[in-house]
Amino acid sequence: MYDNPIEEARRQAQICNACRYCEGYCAVFPAMHAGRFFSDGDLTQLANLCHNCQNCHYACQYTAPHEFALNLPGVLAEVRQESWEETAFPAPLGRAFHHNGTLIAGVAVLAMALLFWAARHLSSGGTGFYAVMAHGAMVAIFLPAFLLPLAAMGVGLRRYWRRVGGGPVTLADLRAAFGSAATMRNLAGGHGDGCNFEEEDVFSQRRRVMHQLVMYGFLLCFAATATGTILHYGFGIEAPYRLLSLPKLFGVIGGLMLCAGTLGMMHLKAKAAPDLQAPEVRGGEFGFIALLFTVSASGLALYALGGTSALEVLLALHLGAVLAFFLLMPYSKMAHGFYRLAALVRDAQRKR
Amino acid sequence: MTTQDDRYDIVVLGGGNAALCAAITAAEDGAKVLILEAAPKSYRGGNSRHTRNFRCMHEAPMSVLVESYGEEEYLADLLRVTGGRTDEGLARMVIRQSQECLPWMEAHGVRFQPSLSGTLSLARTNAFFMGGGKSLVNAYYRTAEALGVEVLYDAPVRHVALEGQRVTRVEYEHAGKLHTLRPRAVVVASGGFQANIDWLTEAWGPPARNFLIRGTPYNRGTVLKDLLDQGVTSVGDPTQCHAVAIDGRAPKYDGGIVTRLDCVPFSIVVNKNGERFYDEGEDVWPKRYAIWGRLVAAQPDQVGYAIIDSRALPLFMPSVFPPIEAATLDELARKMELPEEKLLATVAAFNAACGDTSSFHPTELDGVATTGLTPPKTNWARPIAEPPFYGYSLRTGVTFTYLGLKVDETARCSTETGRIENLWAAGETMAGSILGQGYLAGYGMTIGTVFGRIAGREAARHVR
Repeated sequence: MYDNPIEEARRQAQICNACRYCEGYCAVFPAMHAGRFFSDGDLTQLANLCHNCQNCHYACQYTAPHEFALNLPGVLAEVRQESWEETAFPAPLGRAFHHNGTLIAGVAVLAMALLFWAARHLSSGGTGFYAVMAHGAMVAIFLPAFLLPLAAMGVGLRRYWRRVGGGPVTLADLRAAFGSAATMRNLAGGHGDGCNFEEEDVFSQRRRVMHQLVMYGFLLCFAATATGTILHYGFGIEAPYRLLSLPKLFGVIGGLMLCAGTLGMMHLKAKAAPDLQAPEVRGGEFGFIALLFTVSASGLALYALGGTSALEVLLALHLGAVLAFFLLMPYSKMAHGFYRLAALVRDAQRKR
Repeated sequence: MTTQDDRYDIVVLGGGNAALCAAITAAEDGAKVLILEAAPKSYRGGNSRHTRNFRCMHEAPMSVLVESYGEEEYLADLLRVTGGRTDEGLARMVIRQSQECLPWMEAHGVRFQPSLSGTLSLARTNAFFMGGGKSLVNAYYRTAEALGVEVLYDAPVRHVALEGQRVTRVEYEHAGKLHTLRPRAVVVASGGFQANIDWLTEAWGPPARNFLIRGTPYNRGTVLKDLLDQGVTSVGDPTQCHAVAIDGRAPKYDGGIVTRLDCVPFSIVVNKNGERFYDEGEDVWPKRYAIWGRLVAAQPDQVGYAIIDSRALPLFMPSVFPPIEAATLDELARKMELPEEKLLATVAAFNAACGDTSSFHPTELDGVATTGLTPPKTNWARPIAEPPFYGYSLRTGVTFTYLGLKVDETARCSTETGRIENLWAAGETMAGSILGQGYLAGYGMTIGTVFGRIAGREAARHVR
């Protein structure tokens, strides 16, 4: 959309800083109004604070056709996207996957095929899932597939931190940042009516609710895996678990939330104006949400149909989707969670 | 080609705050309302899109407003800025009703925020719209449409036919055709005429051609002129307009808030000949904001140049365009196309006239003044000496005009022979009925809201 997003963001921020009408909407504006000139690092930080609620855009007296042609959500989305691609490790992967939903689908299919192969060749004498694939084989595949992307994410975050001039992190910074994320305060619109997104200047909580369904759904699913691991290694209780067990409760509830949330997010995103987001990465973003939906839907299907002959196929589908999801974490929209938190921590530091 | 449509009880002319308050109120009272907005949807809302707050009387903390702001203090503030040219009866009525307007505004979708950074002086008196005036306008359009109010954009009114003491038809243009409406009541809320440069030039003379218009290009005064030509009683001085000094690089229309320049008190201001012409440090800036439009208008080519040094830069709100920057004053003069020697001499004379600056204080009248200089600078007189140097060009920016329709306390318009049966006015187009000169921040929105609601209520009562 813009040839040089960072320069364009600087021009727009200067106009915003002379107006300040949007100060109450979110964390971006108080952070912006604290300064007079904007370094590249400042703009990167503002871009990562922006949650793309678009309230400022619909309230703006200077949007096109006005000659100032402000589109702050749009330009910040592009700066944000650039910052993720530039700080990603290794960077070429960031650039490739952010833009490309087809690549995401490709990785998912490959991962599913790998798991299918593994299911055929690495089965053991276990029961339930482990009759299809040995527990040791799963661990051998997933442990590195989880830890390596996490390490890459760490490198990206460190680069981000240096770029925005972050200082030593205190407990209070973390508390502020996690508190903000837990309630998605920046999607509440300042007045609590929510955000403009899917229907021009109408305020709604829909995006906030959908996002939280995805976020908490995901965390519950993660908790299901974590409690399963503890039960497995700590207590020698192996999957499959009963419905009234922690892994199942977390997994089923989380899976349902994740399914509903991802469908909702896709629906809202399809309705929203593309030019107020980063249009070039729409494919990648839809691809990522679709992958997350596949993870949750296949997980639920596995629960419902695990006792049937579909087990092997469903297990390959589900674990393949999970594998693709983990591998792509630093190079897909999933990265936004980490960068967003970093930006909130940095903002807490600015305020203290 | 002409088409005719008689579906509407009330037609509201204009699409800003006052028009919307009238339309919403009338629709809630059961009337079938049509809004004719001259602007396209993207520019709807008139000057309301550029506003940011609402001055509100309150006995105790209310919404985002702190402490209290009583009727007498409010009125005193108003009388001070208007130099007494105020209709006290109407002014008091507006002030009193402002208090009940705020909850009404919230109930109709408007959201407020605490006063913005850089506007702390208004935290007690003015409630700021979250997102500014355009978000208020958006909320009102949503509310109005939910109440069944119909809105036509790109629909400039060409003629409001007055026959005796009655408006009989409204003619407007839309999609290349002329249309006629015969509503039972009409509310005119279509602002002033400041975007009509020819009319401004008639009132002000040729310098008006160099003025910049801070607000919407759609306030051309077509309806106002049409009604005045038919003998509707006017109020206000046609040669009066609210004018401030804004960044000379601002667009001809619609630059809005960001083009204001707050640097004057910390600067020297010269004309195109490099000469100073007025005391830049006469008073704190908000109080002197409005006289600089006229001062600059009186200079050759209606342009001024504010010169500051690096120490002054952090002392005022940033503005839309970065200043012109130079390492030396002669370089700055060249960049700003000012006569080099003359500017250097002016700065040297000013610097030499500065005395002890140890009590310099940017936010109060510090009495740090020049001695033996004409014109003097009576506060914040600190030498312009620390490079880099910065310059801004200044031009006259017109906010609104005062000539309008005279109304009574029911917002009704009249002619020499008496009240007009079915014509009401609200907002900027009748604000001259209350204040004849000067301006108090946020009072325009208060007049618009109070009179918009009155006009809507009265028009609805008429058609019932």
